[in-house]
Amino acid sequence: MEKAKSVGYPLLLLALLLALWVVAVKYWEVPNYVLPPLEGVLAALYRGYVQGDFWGDFGYTLASMSLGYVAGCAAAFVVGVLFAEFRWLERLLYPFVLALQSMPKVALAPLILVWFGFGLESKAIMVALVCFFPMFVNTAVGLKATDPSLVDLMRAFSASRWHILTRIKIPSAAGHIFAALQISIVLGLIGAVVAEFVSSTQGLGYLINAATTTLDTSTMFAALISLAVLGIAGSQLVKLLHRRVVFWDRELASRNLSE
Amino acid sequence: MPEETRPGATAPAKAVFRAQDLEVTYRSSRGPVKALDRFTTTLREGEFLSVLGPSGCGKSTLLKVASGLLMPSAGVAELDGQRIRGPRKDVGIVFQQATLLPWQTVLDNVMLPVRTLGMDRQQGLRRARELLAVMGLDKFEGHYPHELSGGMQQRVGIARGLIHDPSLLLMDEPFAALDAMTRENMMVELQRIWLEARKSVLFITHSIPEAVFLSSRIIVLSPRPGRIVKEMDIDLPLPRTQETLASPRFGELCAGLRALFSAIPH
Repeated sequence: MEKAKSVGYPLLLLALLLALWVVAVKYWEVPNYVLPPLEGVLAALYRGYVQGDFWGDFGYTLASMSLGYVAGCAAAFVVGVLFAEFRWLERLLYPFVLALQSMPKVALAPLILVWFGFGLESKAIMVALVCFFPMFVNTAVGLKATDPSLVDLMRAFSASRWHILTRIKIPSAAGHIFAALQISIVLGLIGAVVAEFVSSTQGLGYLINAATTTLDTSTMFAALISLAVLGIAGSQLVKLLHRRVVFWDRELASRNLSE
Repeated sequence: MPEETRPGATAPAKAVFRAQDLEVTYRSSRGPVKALDRFTTTLREGEFLSVLGPSGCGKSTLLKVASGLLMPSAGVAELDGQRIRGPRKDVGIVFQQATLLPWQTVLDNVMLPVRTLGMDRQQGLRRARELLAVMGLDKFEGHYPHELSGGMQQRVGIARGLIHDPSLLLMDEPFAALDAMTRENMMVELQRIWLEARKSVLFITHSIPEAVFLSSRIIVLSPRPGRIVKEMDIDLPLPRTQETLASPRFGELCAGLRALFSAIPH
């Protein structure tokens, strides 16, 4: 019953909004460059995905997104671990990290295009850069948040530093790490789109940018919907993985709620 | 000389843990803080020694020294006649919190030291199952910690502390996080385990009844810096049970210690 409600209510709202849309365009004569007719957007989606015009762009954004996401998160994880494990490294690099972190990464997009060319690489690097910081910070914080008595206990049992890191600290930080993976999906998409805005001949971001010249809002909406689908699918995938991998976290959370 | 309360024991047993003029000083932002001051004692085989004191009196510091996690600033700490220079294989530890790995089953948690100490896995497995049976947890070996009550989790922790058959079991307020009812049951349980396994135990606590009920000897520490105020043997007959808790002698001993505590300047 509760589940039906949590699915039903949003669907109801969606239907209402769509109805409002149709009414707005048809009867209130909202101009098409402000709000395209619903059928126009549906037609654009049909053209895009059934007739196949969008697949290339969809694939391009998906590719730069996935590549950058995996590379950025992996690199950030490694650096985060090193940071948490070696105090001198933290002391050495912390001010620089802080400076880089405070900078809006998307502002680097033009520079990255200049450095890495106008192909897929530069888009992937942009995504990686944007994904890097949440993962880096969460990994370092998560590792440091490991219950100190657990570490003491392992040390007392003669566990090696490597053993403590891989078997105790990293699993302890798993909740933090997955939270970063979740955030990075959304941030990564922003990075991909911004990079495509700056210069690209492909991708969903390019599609939106190109459509502005002809005020083709139907295509813009269709591309926006595609991006939303990409984001939601990615987030759900990470959420599923989170529940599978960090099973004890979920159990703890649900127990805290019920108690 | 501590009097042997163990049935069957006559000659003084060998020393398991020995501390001589032990001192620990921490560095802090407000200068050095002395946590432990000229602590001297000898824990003999099979003895259950409680170190009793108010919070912040350096009890846990003593335990860290005994487990090899902390080097004393001065004095000598020995285990089986050897200076303690780092973590040792022959020591078991139980903390205030069960500190189990939430992503491992009860059995794997108990087996943890087997892996880190490089013991034989089959033998460890057999012993883990035995210990879980002793703890009344044999039906729960496949469960995860969050599926157990606080008392059960702590029993898993105790089983883990005993898995490698240590010559000394260190316990740092192991029942402090439990509710009163569970705590009383656990006290009786621990007494039974101690009598069965004949382990030497160094038990840190701030609970007077706990110390009186469990110990063969009690050392009372003053507030920081921890200094020995009194040392006494507990002559209550073994095994001690729920009835012991209600006996006049038990009440007398507790009252004596309570009076001692209120006399210590804070």
